[in-house]
Amino acid sequence: MSSRRSRSRQSSGSRITDDQIIDLVSKLQQLIPELRGRRSDKVSASKVLQETCNYIRNLHRQVDGLSDRLSQLLASTDTDSDQAAVIRSLLME
Amino acid sequence: MNPSSLKSRFTTRFLRALTKINAHKPISSSSPGPGEIFQRYRRIKVAADKSMAYSVRSRRTWSRATLWRLRTRSPRSRLATHARRSWVKTRSTRAASHGKEKKEDGGTVEAEELRELVPGGEAMDLCNLLDETAHYIKCLTTQLDILDRQECTSREL
Repeated sequence: MSSRRSRSRQSSGSRITDDQIIDLVSKLQQLIPELRGRRSDKVSASKVLQETCNYIRNLHRQVDGLSDRLSQLLASTDTDSDQAAVIRSLLME
Repeated sequence: MNPSSLKSRFTTRFLRALTKINAHKPISSSSPGPGEIFQRYRRIKVAADKSMAYSVRSRRTWSRATLWRLRTRSPRSRLATHARRSWVKTRSTRAASHGKEKKEDGGTVEAEELRELVPGGEAMDLCNLLDETAHYIKCLTTQLDILDRQECTSREL
């Protein structure tokens, strides 16, 4: 009973339902390459959250690695033509 | 590419920041030392995070948290960081106990882990956390895409 009261209080008007959580979790599942193909009723919320954490840590690592490699590359290149090339490659998609 | 899309806003800002970073030429014209490369790596990483957070602006809790964190990076504001952390801890204990569904008991440990990975996550209830995480992941992959392209073009030249 008290949990129902506190739930409505913290969500400022609309109540957070189990369905909402399930919905958000399955939305998240679609973003994670590991779990994307699987049926959402086959994957537990706990697994989705776990894989999400791993995925985010992975993405952070990749950003780190790329920043590192860029720092070594940028020293020797001309950024103006770099930027033109990046923009060109984006326009082509 | 849609000029008002997140991707293009990020790209513009990030490339501008890279130009500034690259303009920091060493006094000696010899190849940059490891300390300097590390500095540049830090600046690039900050530029990537800053550009993304600014492109999202204050529309998201995570971007606001990132901008706040970036602004208070200086040693002088370590006090401010501590103050904020204790404020966040009070909020998060409240939010966490409200957002905990009985069936999510198994998932609460993972939710706590996720809260540490998503900027500003400590103060989010479960619903917001899931929503913010989805957006955060989309932005991270965009960021990676642009960084990757920049690296490829830098290598080719």
